[in-house]
Amino acid sequence: MKKKTSLFYLFLAGLIVCLFVGSLAYGSVSIPPGDVWDILWGKGHERMAWQNIVLQARLPQAITALLAGASLATSGLLLQTLFRNPLAGPSILGISDGANLGVAIVMLYLGGSLKPLTGWAVSGYLTVILAAFIGACLVLGLIIYFSSKVKNNVMLLIIGIMIGYLASSVISILNYYAAADKVHTFVMWGLGNFSGVSMEQLPGFAAFSCVGLFFAVILIKPLNALLLGERYAANLGIRVKQTRALILICTGLLTAITTAFCGPISFIGLAVPHIARLMLGSSNHKMLVPVTMLAGSGIALLCNVLMVVPGTNAILPLNAVTPILGAPVIIYVIINRKNIQYFN
Amino acid sequence: MNLTPVITTNALAIGYPLKGGRQKVVHERLDLQVLPGEVTCLLGLNGAGKSTLLRTLCSFQPPLRGEIHLQGKPLTAYSPLQLSLLLGVVLTEKTNAGGITVYDLVSLGRHPYTGFFGQLKATDHRIIHEALQAVGIGHKAQAYVSELSDGERQKAMIAKTLAQECPIIILDEPTAFLDVTSRIETMVLLRQLAVRQNKAILLSTHDLDLAIQMGDRLWLLEKGRALTSGSPEDLILTGAFESFFQKDGIVFDPATGKLNTQRPDKPIGVEGDFTTAYWVGNALIRNGYKPSPVDPSTINIHCHTPQHLTLTSPNSNPIHLHSIHELLESLRREENREISEL
Repeated sequence: MKKKTSLFYLFLAGLIVCLFVGSLAYGSVSIPPGDVWDILWGKGHERMAWQNIVLQARLPQAITALLAGASLATSGLLLQTLFRNPLAGPSILGISDGANLGVAIVMLYLGGSLKPLTGWAVSGYLTVILAAFIGACLVLGLIIYFSSKVKNNVMLLIIGIMIGYLASSVISILNYYAAADKVHTFVMWGLGNFSGVSMEQLPGFAAFSCVGLFFAVILIKPLNALLLGERYAANLGIRVKQTRALILICTGLLTAITTAFCGPISFIGLAVPHIARLMLGSSNHKMLVPVTMLAGSGIALLCNVLMVVPGTNAILPLNAVTPILGAPVIIYVIINRKNIQYFN
Repeated sequence: MNLTPVITTNALAIGYPLKGGRQKVVHERLDLQVLPGEVTCLLGLNGAGKSTLLRTLCSFQPPLRGEIHLQGKPLTAYSPLQLSLLLGVVLTEKTNAGGITVYDLVSLGRHPYTGFFGQLKATDHRIIHEALQAVGIGHKAQAYVSELSDGERQKAMIAKTLAQECPIIILDEPTAFLDVTSRIETMVLLRQLAVRQNKAILLSTHDLDLAIQMGDRLWLLEKGRALTSGSPEDLILTGAFESFFQKDGIVFDPATGKLNTQRPDKPIGVEGDFTTAYWVGNALIRNGYKPSPVDPSTINIHCHTPQHLTLTSPNSNPIHLHSIHELLESLRREENREISEL
């Protein structure tokens, strides 16, 4: 058992390293791998453009994908365990849309995109993060409220989808009245992108993401107890209300950070926990949380590589790629749910 | 043996708060005791408030009025962690634990004892093993919970409470949805735990037969009347059982401890081999006769062996029969003859 586990981590780590290197070496501008290697090791390069592409664009983009993938996947896992619903996820339950709405308000009406707001102590992108966080938490609060009214899991998912539609509709209205240039920026952001984080913003993004991921690791023990349901968890000495609040804050933070920087990304939060459980063959969070994080990073990096259309210098929007990987997983899981342990 | 009650309630009222400060009282004036080393069975029809009572005792919902003491201390004085060391539960609600192994499930019972990340020490592993052995599913330790039968799943949940090492175990309808053998196994297991490990076991059930057979103490709960508590035999002999279960078209027969749609009234004397006589009685009750002591003025059945029964009646020759089936047939003939004679 132990040996299998460590082999497993080794495999995932290797995969991530490969995809990370791939993300650096492969892009819309073709740069020979040898040159990429030299640039990474700080040897300098006669072509400043190449150096800039690798160090200022591809490197932060790969790191962003690494962290964003882990964050989204973890937030999906936390939601699935909390709502005891394997089909829950930040985009399905409307949480991404809530964050989206927060960002829309800031981007379209409060001083544009990531520029500092006059008179505010927080700088521009912190405002966006804050708005995304508030939006995500508001939707989470609503979902929690409805989950006490609606016991049926599928019904709750549909309510989440409805809340998502409502948020989208408000965003459309906001878009309608906003200035055209701002709408363009917002729409571009909405397509999803790992390249939105500059090298200067990266430390902030990384710090927030790591705080969220750290929270998730802390929650491993109560998450396992919650597999049995809230009453059993309470009987095992877990303070359920506090734990639930912690899980929600953690989910809100992870979703908000990623959405604020990379746009609303679908399917990673929903599909990766399933990939992790199927690979691992266990819902024990002791293993599942780290494996979900690693698998999330891996899938996000893979999407990052797949975004580049081979042979051209075109880049597909991120949200065009994630469903291609994610949707078949969900369909597979639903069709085979009778044979998948964690569904029964 | 320690006979201090582990749970006592005093003028307890259970129910739900409604809007506007009103209350829906499900039951009130409950003065209850649960003793260690005993199986206490809570019986009552649906809607009598069994689950509400158990939930209140587990502190899943607050009492409306009155007091609950666990080991002499008010329930409210316990923190969730302290309570988890004292009381383990097995509930009816569906879990999401299909994807973990039985071992992992039982190890959840160690939660109150383990540290921040729930790391299991050698002692924890030993206790988990013992718990698995005690309920008899040691061989399933590495199976997924989803692969267990309903009965095995129930045992795994009981093992979880054993790993929790708490003196009180409360189970909400542990035998519902189980097949006959699993029901009996579960109840026998709970009895053993009470006797061998001196656990106080409180469970709700609809299984009248098993409760009478295995329960040390029964609580009869019904809406609008005081809860009656006592050993099953006392409750039957004092008529408490009868008054609780006698409803339109349903009668409780104190002679057998069984519910029936009609009270057997035609007496037939039965004597002889104990086991045979018992099952002859069973067949007679089903057909509306009342097994009674032998009386020369009525029909009597002498049970020699299961294959040899003698039917005597005051005004005809003894008939020798070879099975209970034959016996019932000739009883019917006898009855028809009596009717035609009239």
